[in-house]
Amino acid sequence: MEVFQHLVFGFSVALSVQNLLYCLAGCLLGTLIGVLPGIGPLATIAMLTPITFSISPVGALIMLAGIYYGAQYGGSTTAILVNLPGETSAVVTCLDGYQMARQGRAGPALAIAAIGSFFAGTVCTLIIALFGPAIAELALEFGPAEYFSLMLMGLVAAAVLAQGDMVKSLAMVVMGLLLGTVGTDVNSGWRRFSFDIAELADGIGFVVLAVGVFALGEIVANLGDSKKGAVFVAKVGSLFPSRDDLKRSSGPIIRGTLLGAFFGVLPGTGPAIASFSSYMLEKRISKDPSRFGHGAIEGVAGPESANNADAQCKFIPMLTLGIPASGTMALMLGALMIHGIAPGPTVMTQRPDLFWGLIVSMWIGNLMLVILNLPLVGLWTSLLKVPYRMLFPAIIVFSCIGIYSLSNNAFDLYLTAFFGILGFLWMKFACPPAPMLLGFVLGPMMEENLRRALLMSRGDPMVFLSEPISLGFIIATVLIVIAMMLPALRKRRGDITD
Amino acid sequence: MKSELRNNKDFWAGMMFFWTGVGAMIVARHYPFGTTLNMGPGYFPMVLGGILIVFGAFITFRGLRRNEKMQGPWSLRALIMLPLSIVAFGILMRPAGFIPALAVLVFLSAASGREFKFKEVLFLTLFLCVLSVAMFIWGLGLPYPLIRKF
Repeated sequence: MEVFQHLVFGFSVALSVQNLLYCLAGCLLGTLIGVLPGIGPLATIAMLTPITFSISPVGALIMLAGIYYGAQYGGSTTAILVNLPGETSAVVTCLDGYQMARQGRAGPALAIAAIGSFFAGTVCTLIIALFGPAIAELALEFGPAEYFSLMLMGLVAAAVLAQGDMVKSLAMVVMGLLLGTVGTDVNSGWRRFSFDIAELADGIGFVVLAVGVFALGEIVANLGDSKKGAVFVAKVGSLFPSRDDLKRSSGPIIRGTLLGAFFGVLPGTGPAIASFSSYMLEKRISKDPSRFGHGAIEGVAGPESANNADAQCKFIPMLTLGIPASGTMALMLGALMIHGIAPGPTVMTQRPDLFWGLIVSMWIGNLMLVILNLPLVGLWTSLLKVPYRMLFPAIIVFSCIGIYSLSNNAFDLYLTAFFGILGFLWMKFACPPAPMLLGFVLGPMMEENLRRALLMSRGDPMVFLSEPISLGFIIATVLIVIAMMLPALRKRRGDITD
Repeated sequence: MKSELRNNKDFWAGMMFFWTGVGAMIVARHYPFGTTLNMGPGYFPMVLGGILIVFGAFITFRGLRRNEKMQGPWSLRALIMLPLSIVAFGILMRPAGFIPALAVLVFLSAASGREFKFKEVLFLTLFLCVLSVAMFIWGLGLPYPLIRKF
């Protein structure tokens, strides 16, 4: 029962007063931004990464993770009560959740969403604890060729499976890889793309890029958006679901969890795809599909479990292989690296406190969210009354102070402003920025592994095809691309995006 | 034809990728390329630049064929004012100090929105200044002078 020991160890780390506080802070903050439309977890995590420098890496990761899954909870709260998905993953929850709220059953809808999410969180914690070490052990055998192919697969899959245009996503990955080469080349000491600017010798700051593209770009886009409307907040009423509610929800919760866990480990598939698939599945196997869209509790239970399972399982490739499966995970990976921890399979053996502490704290965080959120629902919805024109200057202020504190250098701020403009242009051109961030984070590692692999094979590029594991990754990459080019799948994907 | 091109999202996306690729290859041509056995610092950027050019050309031509329009408004005001506010903050930080730089940042960024209510912004500035000083200077101990005398 090694798993059991590991989990006990994880509890000892996660239950320290400090880490509990970080977890709580992260969860509350996550719920807050989940409730507020217009700021996502990606921008918030980017913004807060500099502030976490002063705390321990474990505490930092625990807090950032709390923001990430807290946002899922918050997003569903507003989806149910105000028909306003705080996060994209909660779009599906609006369909039946808001209908339930209008029928005066907001309480049970919120409760089931929380219970489903908590169940999914528990299962996924166990999945990570059971399979994480095995995956990491396997990955320890990987040489540079395997790593290069794995990263290639991760990047291509992330770009191809993500929402949006496939070709542009791939181009954005390359854009990110190119941005990752800026700065001093570790092997030759050559300064690449630094244009004799001293500040660029260390490369582009990862927080600078993320805050610029995600936080700033998003705000500029929001400010141009004029659609606004009166917010109707449904009454919560009794929180307790009836026995019938529970009976109806148990199946969807289990199926949603499994579906979400499956999509979770795949790169590029955001929680929106998991929750949408779960909704479609429940509707298809339901005895009375016509109830969906008119307040069917299954339509809340399944998708809510699925998106939480997806969010948690996204940690598996990040923690065990050092490969981020989504933009948010790329940020987490970046935060790890800034804290001086080399991501990859060695994290588990060298920093067991980080690995197990983080996993257990995610379970504790889920528990906190269930206990805290339901009583606080009133507070969260009242926050919706804060107008965006008061909100966004605050975001800008925190971002700027955070960035300036990185190296006490104004140049980072100029660069942030530049990436803000670029981020907005990318949005206008419908070029998805998340794959770019993945490429940016993985770029330097990818180049290094490519160089080493070719050095070891004496310059023979066939090494990527002759090593069996590497060949497997390459074949998988090709299969993913071919599969996505098939007209049938392409159409399905289009449906989901709409 | 010309007015149609102006709003063609794929055309502009493709052009951006294409010229970024060209620019990268032009800058990187001076870096030692090395060989496959021993990659130089120019190897990776050159290859990436080349790939970007191919992608860019493909997306541009696809854009000319499909001619899909860009979505959403341009929000020019925010696009100019918001980056400007951040640059101003960067410029003011050292010579003027934390509080003046912050006040300018809040004012300029608030001015990039559609509605600008002077009293409200004044209150917001005050609130954010107090909050930031408490959190970052006293709380986290960032070593910035609050106000510097000219």
